[in-house]
Parts: sequence; structure tokens; C-alpha cells
Amino acid sequence: MLLLTCPHCGPRDETEFSCGGESHIARPSLEATDDAWADYVFFRTNPMGVTFERWRHAYGCGCWFNVARDVVNHRILATYAMTDPKPATSETAISNGLQQSAELAR
Amino acid sequence: MRSNYLFPESARFYEHSLRLYERLGRELDFNIMFSQRGMLTLAHSRHDLESQRRWANAMRLNGVDSELLDTDEVAELVPALDCSPSARLPVMGGFIQKRGGTVRHDAVAWGYARAADALGVDIIQNCEVTGFELSSGGAHTVKTTRGTIGADRIGLATAGHTTTLADMLGFRLPMTSYALQAFVSEPLKPVLDTVVLSPACGVYVSQSDKGELVVGGGLDLYASYAQRGNLPTVEQTLRGLLTLFPSFSRLRMLRQWAGIVDVVADSTPVLGRSPIPNVFLNCGWGTGGFKAIPAGGWCFAHTIAKNEAHPLTAAFGLDRFARGALIDEAAASGIAH
Amino acid sequence: MSGGSRREFATGIDISRALRFRFNNRSYVGHPGDTLASALLANGVQLLARSFKYHRPRGILAAGAEEPNAIVQLGTGEAAEPNLKATEIELFDGLVARSVNCWPSPSFDLRSAYQLAAPLMGAGFYYKTFMWPDWHLFEGPIRRAAGLGIAPQDPDPDRYIHKYAACDVLVVGGGPAGLASAWEAAEAGLDVILAEIDFRLGGSSLWRGERNEAERLEAALRAHANVRVLTRTNVFGYYDHNALVAVEKLDGEGARQRLWKFRAKRVVLATGAIERPLVFANNDRPGVMLASAAQSYLRRWGILHGRQIVVFTNNNSAYEAATSFVEAGADVTIIDVRPRAKIPDIAAVRVLPGHVVKAVVGRRAANGVTIGALDGGQTFTLQCDLVLMSGGWSPTVHLFSQSGGSLRFDEATQSFIPNRAVQAVECVGAAAGELSGLDIEPLWEVPGPGPKFVDFANDVTAKDIGLAREHSFISVEHLKRYTTLGMGIDQGKTSNVNGLAIMGELTARAPGDVGTTKFRPPYTPVTFGALAGPLVGDLYRPVRYLPAHDWHAAHGAVFEEYGGWARPTAYPFPGETWEQAAQREAATARKGCVLLDASPLGKIEVVGKDAGTFLDRIYVGNASSLKVGSARYGLMLNENGIIIDDGVFVRLREDRYLVHTTSSGADRIAAMFDEWLQCEWTGLDVAILPTTTQWATLTVSGPDASEVIRETGTDIDLDDFPHMTFREGSVAQLSARVLRASFTGEASYEISVEASNATQLVGALERAGRPLLLMPMGIEALMILRTEKGFLHVGVDTDGTTLPGDVGMAGPIARKASDFIGRRSLLRQEALREDRLQLVGLQSHKGVLPVGAQVLRDRSVPGPSDGFVTSSYHSPTLDGPVALGLVRAGRSRIGERVKLYDMGEHHSAEIVDTVFFDKAGERLRA
Repeated sequence: MLLLTCPHCGPRDETEFSCGGESHIARPSLEATDDAWADYVFFRTNPMGVTFERWRHAYGCGCWFNVARDVVNHRILATYAMTDPKPATSETAISNGLQQSAELAR
Repeated sequence: MRSNYLFPESARFYEHSLRLYERLGRELDFNIMFSQRGMLTLAHSRHDLESQRRWANAMRLNGVDSELLDTDEVAELVPALDCSPSARLPVMGGFIQKRGGTVRHDAVAWGYARAADALGVDIIQNCEVTGFELSSGGAHTVKTTRGTIGADRIGLATAGHTTTLADMLGFRLPMTSYALQAFVSEPLKPVLDTVVLSPACGVYVSQSDKGELVVGGGLDLYASYAQRGNLPTVEQTLRGLLTLFPSFSRLRMLRQWAGIVDVVADSTPVLGRSPIPNVFLNCGWGTGGFKAIPAGGWCFAHTIAKNEAHPLTAAFGLDRFARGALIDEAAASGIAH
Repeated sequence: MSGGSRREFATGIDISRALRFRFNNRSYVGHPGDTLASALLANGVQLLARSFKYHRPRGILAAGAEEPNAIVQLGTGEAAEPNLKATEIELFDGLVARSVNCWPSPSFDLRSAYQLAAPLMGAGFYYKTFMWPDWHLFEGPIRRAAGLGIAPQDPDPDRYIHKYAACDVLVVGGGPAGLASAWEAAEAGLDVILAEIDFRLGGSSLWRGERNEAERLEAALRAHANVRVLTRTNVFGYYDHNALVAVEKLDGEGARQRLWKFRAKRVVLATGAIERPLVFANNDRPGVMLASAAQSYLRRWGILHGRQIVVFTNNNSAYEAATSFVEAGADVTIIDVRPRAKIPDIAAVRVLPGHVVKAVVGRRAANGVTIGALDGGQTFTLQCDLVLMSGGWSPTVHLFSQSGGSLRFDEATQSFIPNRAVQAVECVGAAAGELSGLDIEPLWEVPGPGPKFVDFANDVTAKDIGLAREHSFISVEHLKRYTTLGMGIDQGKTSNVNGLAIMGELTARAPGDVGTTKFRPPYTPVTFGALAGPLVGDLYRPVRYLPAHDWHAAHGAVFEEYGGWARPTAYPFPGETWEQAAQREAATARKGCVLLDASPLGKIEVVGKDAGTFLDRIYVGNASSLKVGSARYGLMLNENGIIIDDGVFVRLREDRYLVHTTSSGADRIAAMFDEWLQCEWTGLDVAILPTTTQWATLTVSGPDASEVIRETGTDIDLDDFPHMTFREGSVAQLSARVLRASFTGEASYEISVEASNATQLVGALERAGRPLLLMPMGIEALMILRTEKGFLHVGVDTDGTTLPGDVGMAGPIARKASDFIGRRSLLRQEALREDRLQLVGLQSHKGVLPVGAQVLRDRSVPGPSDGFVTSSYHSPTLDGPVALGLVRAGRSRIGERVKLYDMGEHHSAEIVDTVFFDKAGERLRA
């Protein structure tokens, strides 16, 4: 049971949130090829490590925000606004997370 | 175990699998305890009844047995179910595939392993793939924690970890890994004689030969490789179960577990060629791969040997996403598969 | 053995008060502080169970949650609880319990003959047998023989509640280590919760007799402002981010159990350790007990249930139990596998070093043991009435392991102990492996013949582990699944380490190299009802009621659930079925006027200067070109091009739209709008206001509809109010929004007022409509009317594969230049196929077609399908059947006759246009 931090409301139990899946996916234009369109609709990065995904404080303020989360040990490495780019500042934390994932996986 | 599918592409494949299961124990000389106690799907509204009628008719057109039941027939088959009109999830009826049921899962793995070993297959345990060296000529090398293996053809059948291998091979797949949970009660004297699924609350339950109620629900709500389940999913599953079976409330959860499954948008497997020559895919089974094991293996072997899809899995290729040719049973029937 | 009288030094019972209880139809007396197990022992009941597989006689092995044998059914009828351990049941006056898995009684069990077959029924035996001629012949009897307790047949009469709690420190375990940790944290000013599974604090102090410090700490903690003490509280799961979950047994408080969800900044696990049995022949006989458990029954409960006692050990801890029994007046002999040099010097006890117990003598109770040297040689028998054993200790690392922490095998204590934590958790006391002075010498299995039980709960013997080895099931996870080791009702608390260590010996691996299986919740079994909590039955997805529900009920409505709302299906007159009522109501709508409660219709206001641009991207058709005060029908897709919702939207003002969705789509579509605005089109100036439940919407429909509105009283100019326009004004002196849109095919007025005014409006309409014979109409009649008109019902006439072109709505797309959600998917190969399923009318000439009937391609069953019936009714207006269906390439097959199949019956129909009535649509514009 994750403890997520809503940018508006602060730390809350995961049951107040819903996960919207991978974030930072650019929506292609109508001119996109079939493959590019399928890549957008269906294909996902699914790393065994840190993912960047969007969450909604569904049973709270309704705010959508981004979370960098290690899907192996469920550690939260960063929480940032929808409009923010993928965090570069948390690289260290993220690589620590990866290291820990590798250890756990062993 | 079931082959109660709506679309002919799915039905043909899963029916083939069910038939292979029906003789698998003898073929492997290993009792897989295939218990064909029937698979009952509940209807809780008139709309559910109509959807099930479409579904049951489609199954018969697909050559698969199906029967519609009314409330009294369901109540007789499953006395523990709350079939009163005032129930929160009133039972308006249901439909059953009588040849459906359960199989002892470990026995399937062990029986296959023993039989494959006897046929000369090398099964190397505790051997993790760490990378690939691809050759344009077709002879690839698989790097593992226990050495390298040369292979003319490579089949990927690693469920929730398939994208990890695809990443090593340099291509993407349309799937995300989730934890799927199940749990059992303490062992009880017989109280439930068939497999019961309520699509309205996403709960299924059966009683094992050992007496434990085996209960499952939906996926955990976010991506995970953690191989452990999360409590909110258990709570929600049990709320549905106890609404259907109020007399199960005092039973106790004994064991709970989770595995990582590879979920694709249409819940139909990806079985066929990969973007890389001589590398083949057998993935995307999501929550429903166990019932497909014999047919999946059968068609995968064909695909690897002939470098082309088996007719039963021709529609299951990776190319269906770009074409928009999804085979979405759940979306069509409104019922999770 | 015999039931001795209670000793006065018992630390845990109140001898002055008697509690009466019944077990297996006999009456007994115990005392407050007893468990069912201690009370039975005190009454001399030794044999109280039969084992799971072989139906061997069993007694009590342990004193806590680790008990594998003494399983009982507590209570009767709807309040029965199957499969409780007698050691976890706190005795109360009037308790009724009985043995499980034996008939008629544990001392005379008809299935005890299974023991004779034991040599054939080893590990994996099911996999190798019962295959010929057919497993199904054997399965029935096996199912009937399996299982332990009996599930109640009636609904649970009790309630269960949930509670969240946050704290600085959660201490799990109220023994000496836990009490000390809690005190230390509380004194440091931290908020502390202390949870103990037992109904008493004290842990090992309760049986080791060192009560002073524990009692002092308990009193201090209970008085401390920072501390919450929870007894009877089983912390069973350790999840992410220091979330731990416990279940507390309640007495009173309006519920039977409370599920606690803790979020702790730091966790201290003071969960103690569990003693291990030794593995020797017939070690499962009643009268063979863990040494620490026997010490508990003696010290805590004052029961001396043996006079001639043999203690079999490989470590020092059992000497404490031996000493206690000597002090209590028993005759004690210690059989210690260790050489003389390692034996502690205790004058009062007779010790036989370098020896082992080879076997227990006696069937229904131990009456002696066979003793020999470890390396063979002569054996001899010693009479006794109680056998105590200690094979060492296993720290209770379950929660630590669940938290993600790793374990390591500690040679000094021969046990798995916490290694590296990954959450903010520490183990203290015995749980951390602090088992000093154990001086243990591993003895995993005593050599020699006979059934040597490893897992008492599942009847797994040392021989079974050998069988697993023979068949190469040597990985600890395979060992578990092949033999069922550790999968019983005690989850292997006393058996897992012995089992894996024996496998280690068989395969020349140290226990640490074999490793443990994965520890998973729950630590001990947890009641389903407690996990589910109060949100079951009527509170499971609570039904929503219309604001004017009582009015409908008073007018004879039959309610059904539609999309989470209880809505009138029809309003049958006395003597009328709801089906007949629906026919009457539908006919009335075409001839006069009807009143429909459409309040659940989804209503979302889309506000802002970019509202039109936003809706252009949402709808298949155009939104920004709509005039203020006008309405338009729109279809919504997902990115895969699939139809997900439809409805009429209205432009209220230049910068404000009112979007109507299907009633089941209201929440989903509002959430979807929000997601697009917050995540993708972040530059748009748009706000979303879901307002569905703020409004009550009553629809008046039919040729006389405008007359009813006029009679009701309105300031809206009804003569200048065409179809698909919108007005605000007053109706029946209520502030109202009125939309002219129609799902019936007749002139319709959808009147929305504040939800709290619903009953007032419906009453006013009823009065005004009385001269015009206005009649309430339910959903069923609405469905008849819209099917006559060929109006699409999303989710009924479409499924999760239906594209707009399939339902004849490709037109707006061709006229639209800009992108919208799902548009690109409509350009894919599959979307352009000409043989897609298309919505058409199906005209039967012989009765109503069943919904779900399949259209046959070549008249054969089995055979290919060409589609199916989606909506089908008898039309009272046309006095004949009308139906819609999705048919392969249907629009190009108008006029063709097709065969249909429905559960063994055949039907036929002609493919026709979707509109059966008023093709020109003149009536709704009236």
C-alpha cells in the first residue's frame, strides 16, 4: 500500500488515488503512420525498474500529477507536476533505486 | 479451464486447448487432477442475461457447449449463493460451460517437465538470460548467468518479464506487467461444487479437492514486478465475494500470493514472429494463460519450427495492433477474460 | 496422563471464577484467562483432533498461533467458525466447540482406517494414481474426505469495521522486548502503538515466570499518554511504505473484529520465536508437546498434565521447562542428543546425554518412549505420560520478510534471522535472533524407521521429503508444492525449517543454501468478513435513488437497477405485469403524453473560452459551430476509435456548454475530460463541472407534451421552441432548464430543476397533465420507443468493438477537418473493411426475436456467425416485432432474409432500415 504525495493535499494512502499508466507519451498527429499510432495507443515502456507514470488524486482534489516509481520495490523517487519534464534532478535517487531493484531481484 | 469465448479466433484456440487438457493427464502419465466441475458465469441484470445469451449462442456456433440457467437452476447448483431477489447483486440467471473446471497447476508444470525431459529437452533451472548476440545469418547467441547458449531460433515465453527480454533485443511490446493475486481459505468440507464467476464484481471462486476455497479478482491497480499482492485488491475482491456469498464471511484467508502477468490491451495473447528474424513471441497472456498452455505450446512449437503462425493463432500476431485488428473478448462481452 | 488440578502459582487465570463450556457434546469448566486448549488440558482432554490426511489421533502441540493439530469448530449455526486453533480461542462462558475432520468423535473416527493406507499415500501420490480409468471416478470421494471444518450456511450475523491509524512507532509483540521498546519510544516523546496477538501482554514472561518487569512495564505503558495498547490484535501483513495491517478481536463495540491499517514512521518487530519440534517416529502422538508450550500450560495456566515426563532436546532452552516440572513435583528425564560435555549442570534433573528418542509408544496417548544412542546400538523403553521436545527455535521473521527484508541462516542458533531491512523496521529480542545460551546442536531428523512427522497440519513426514528428493523436487519452493509442506492451516510455523533442513541434509546443502519459501500475508488466517469490512451487501456499490423516488414508489413503480441507479422499469396497474405496463406506456407516448424521470442522465458543464475547441476534440462531430441556445447530438470515442458514449450537448453561452452523457457514463466521462485537460491539452482554458446529481430532470413526451407544459405554467414561449433547442425560464414557478431533444421519437421537453425540487415539479406536471391523461413511463417503454425509432443505445447496440461507421455515423467525420479523440484509429485497415458488423433493423414476421440470437451465415450450427440481435421488442404502435442488430455488411444487405439461431431454436428475419416508425422524423419536431 503506497503512500503517495498529492501536490495539493500531501501524503495520502494509495486507495485515494488512481493510476493512469505511463506518462510523457506524446500524442501524434492525424498524419502519423499506423505503426506510430499503434505505438502511442498500445505500446508501453515496461522497465523492471523506474517508471514514470501519472496518477490522479481521484478521491481527493482530482489533481493529476507525475510519479517516478520503482516497480520492483515500489519506492517513490519523485513526485512532480503534470507539465514538468521527466526529472533530471532525481537521477541519483533513481539510479539508487535501480541498484536496489537489482539487489532485490537477486 | 474453459473455452467459453465469443470470437471464433479465440474459441477455436481455447477449445483446442481444452480438448488437449482433457487427455493431457494420460499423455503425460501424470494426474493433473482436471476437475470438470463446470464454469458458471452469473447474470445480475436483464442486460447481463441478454449479453450472456449472445455469448452462449456464439459458443454454440463455435462448436462449444453452453447452457443458460435461470435463477432456480443456479440456486440449486450453488446453494451457498444469495439468490434472493433483494440481494445487492441479484442472481437473474447464468450460463455454464459444463466441461470447464480446474486443474492442479503444479502438476501441469511437473508433468510437462518430466515428459519434455524424457523427449530429450534440456531444462536448465536457475538460469537467467542476461543478453543476446544477434546474427544476421540467423544463428543467435543467448547469454545467461550460467554461460552462453547458441540457438538458431529463440522463443520468448517469460510472461510478465517478456518486455525485459524485448528491451535486450531492442524492440517494444504493447504490454505492461501487473501483479495478479489469488488467495485461499482454510480447508472446508464441500460447500461449492462448481467454478463461479461474477463479472459484475470481477470475482471468481471454486473449491479445491483439498477443501480450500480458491478466490481471485482483478489485477492490482498499478504496474508492478514485486510478486506480492496488495491488500486493497483483496479487500475489494472479498467485498464482492461476501455480497454474493454472505455465509462465507466467517471463513478465513489462509494464504495469498501474486504473480506478474503481461497485460495487453485486448487480453489476447501475442503469439508469432517478433520484429527480429528467428526470435518468436509467446506472451501477452495476462490473467488467462493457464488454460491455454497445451494449445499455446502446440502452436508455438509450430511457429518456431515452420517460421510461420499456426492457423489457430494466425490472428494473434504482433501486427494486429497497427492494423487495429484487436480480438477484445472483454470489450465485446463486457466481461473480463 | 491425567487432568491435574490447577496450581496456585498460575500467572494467567482467575481460579475464583468458573466458565462453563461444551466440547464434543460434553460439559467442562474452565476459568477466565484460559484458552480452549488450556481448559481442555486442565480437564484431562488429550485427544481432540484427527489429522488432515491420515486421520491420526492428535493432541495439543503448542500454546499459540503455531498450533498445527488442535483444530476445532467453534459455535454453531450462522455464528459458527470453522478451523480455529484451540490455542487461539479465549475461553468464555457458554462456549461450544467440537472437533473437525472426524466422525463420530476424535477417539472413535471412522476414517481412522486411512492410517493403514499411509504407506501408499506419501507425497505426490495423487499425481501418480487415480488416473485410470478416469480421475473423475475418484474425485468425488476424495473431495468428501478432504477439508476440515464446516462452513456456516446462513449469512454472518456480525459486523466488521475498519480503522486507520498513523503513529511514530508501531511495536508488534507485547513480550519483554516489545514492552521495553514501546516504553523507550514513548519516553522519547513518540506516538506509540503496541499490538499483541495474545489477550494478555507479557509474551515469554507469562511462561518463564519472570513477571515483575513485564507487569511494571505493562502498567506504565497503559498509563502513558503517548501509547495505545492493543491486545487480541494480530498484525498479519507488512506492505509497502510501512503500511501494516492487523485484525483485532472485539468484545462488544458493535462489531466482532476491527481491521487496523497502520502507517508507521518506524516499526519494531518484537514477535518472539517459535520452538521447533524434533523429528522422530510417532512424534505426533497426543501427549507429545513442545517444551515451551508445556511450560506455558504449567506456569501460565497451572496445569501439570504429566507426572512422568521425558524431555527430548538438542539445546539448552528445554532445561528451563524441565526444571519447572521438577519444581512442580513431576519426575523428569532429559534425553539430550548432545555429548555430556555440552550439558548444563542441573542437579535436580536426570539427563541422558548423547541419546535420542527413537519413537513414541502408545497410540491415542504417549505412554512411553524408545531411546537409543544417535549412532544406533541398543534401544530401551522408558515409561512416561508426557513427552516434551525442543529442536531449537525459529525467530518469528514473517513480518520482517514480508517487508522485503532479507534473512540469513545463523549457525550459532541454527535459525533464519533478519539480515538487511529495506523499510524503516528493526527486529528486537528473540525475533532478532537473540537466543543466547542455546548451545544448539542440529538434529533435523532422528535416524530410524516409523512415521516421523515434520508438518503435523498436513501430515508430511520425513519420508515424504525423501520422496520429493527422489523425484528431484529439491528446490524449497518445489518441496513445498510437491509435499504440501507448510501449506496447512498453521502455514508451517513449526515445520518449515525442519523440512528444508532435512532436504538440505539429503542434498548436502546447508539450510541457508536451501533457503526459505517466500513469506506472505497473512501471518495467521484472517476472517474474510474482517478483510471486507462494512462495505458488503447493500453497501457494496450503494444504489443511487432518484430525487423523486418516493413519488415513483407511490405511483406503483417497479424498480430495477440501471447503471447504478434504482429507476422505474414500469408502473403496472393492479393485475398488470410490468411487461404489459410497458406496452401500455409506450403506446400512450405515441398517442398522448408520458412523464419519464431522466434525472440520472449525465450532465457536465464545460466552461471557458476554449470550451468549443475542447469539445471539437472530444466529439466525432463539431461543437464550436453550434449556436447559443441550440443542441446537437454527439458521439464520443476512445483513442482506439471505439464508441464509448453519446448524448446531446447544448451551447448555453459562448463560453459554456452543457454536455449530456449516458447515465452510466456520467462519472467516467467527466473524469476523462479532466484527464485530457490536465494531462494533454494543458493550454486550454476550460473547466469541468459535473452537475448530474444537482438536477432533477423530468421528461414530458408525446403529441400532447407541449400542452402539459403550458398547463403546468411556464414563462417560456412554447410557440418559439423548436426541436434541438434549449431555454431557461420557469416551469411550475420553479427555475428550470428545458431542452427539446427526444429519445422517444415524439415531441419531448426535458425539464431540469434543482434536485431538491424534484417532487414539487413532478407533482405539478402530474396535476397539469391529469386532463390529458398524462401517465408515468418507465425505462422499458422508453427502450421500446427508441427501438421503434432505431435510436442507438450505446452499450446495448454497440459493444467494445463498435466504430462510428458501424452505426451509420461516419457522416459527421467526413464533414470535419480537425482531429478528435480516436479519429486516427478510424483510418486503419481494420476500420475500413467492408464486412464489419453494421447496425441494421431486423424485421421478424413471426414473433419477437430474442436479444442475443445469432445471425447464421450458412444456416449451420456450429458454423460462422454473421452478427446478432442487440435490441428487440414488441411494438404496440406497429403491433408487431421490431429489432435492431449488428449484422456483417448489414447496410448493403437491406431486403435480404436471414436465419437466426437461439439456444436450439431457429428464427428468420429480413434485414431492414433501422427506423421502423416515422422515418421522416416529423413527430419529434412537432
